[in-house]
Amino acid sequence: MKNPLDSIWGTIISGLVLTAILYYVVKSVLM
Amino acid sequence: MELVPVLARWLHFLAGIMWIGLLYYFNFVQVPALKAAAADGTAPGITKHVAPRALLYFRWSAVVTWLAGAALLGSNFGSAFMLAKGYAGIGIGAWLGTIMLFNVWALIWPNQQKILGLKPATDEEKNKARRVALLASRTNMMLSIPMLFFMAGGLTHKAAFGL
Repeated sequence: MKNPLDSIWGTIISGLVLTAILYYVVKSVLM
Repeated sequence: MELVPVLARWLHFLAGIMWIGLLYYFNFVQVPALKAAAADGTAPGITKHVAPRALLYFRWSAVVTWLAGAALLGSNFGSAFMLAKGYAGIGIGAWLGTIMLFNVWALIWPNQQKILGLKPATDEEKNKARRVALLASRTNMMLSIPMLFFMAGGLTHKAAFGL
């Protein structure tokens, strides 16, 4: 599998996915 | 009005815009420009005159951003980094920013020094440095997306978390 960080769009999409995951963790686990 | 938080927030924004602005410059402009410039032999103009200046402001604005952020957190610093109840949002933002600062000084800058010839390196070491520096820079660009989401809410983030 290609490293998503090799492309700008892969990097942006990875960042958005990470945001969603961390938002879920903060809202449901850490709050 | 408390003067320290007001000045710290202002400085945090000013330095943060310079840091992340230069990060986006590297990823959106300089990396593709260097590829094009290498093809027509004009890359030395960028690597000699532009990149070292951009890296100077990049790495020091990262330090100023982190220090101003720490001053802004003030007595909330420990609670934020320990992700205490009510502090998890800004705490995640603070951790992401801290990881990004580490990447700048431990991975991007030392490898860029080899790439730009500021530190002696063989061709093989330079190739490895290019890969590490690119991935560290892209990692920071990826982390900047959630970092800014969590930072933008400051200590409350009422809309997103219902605090």
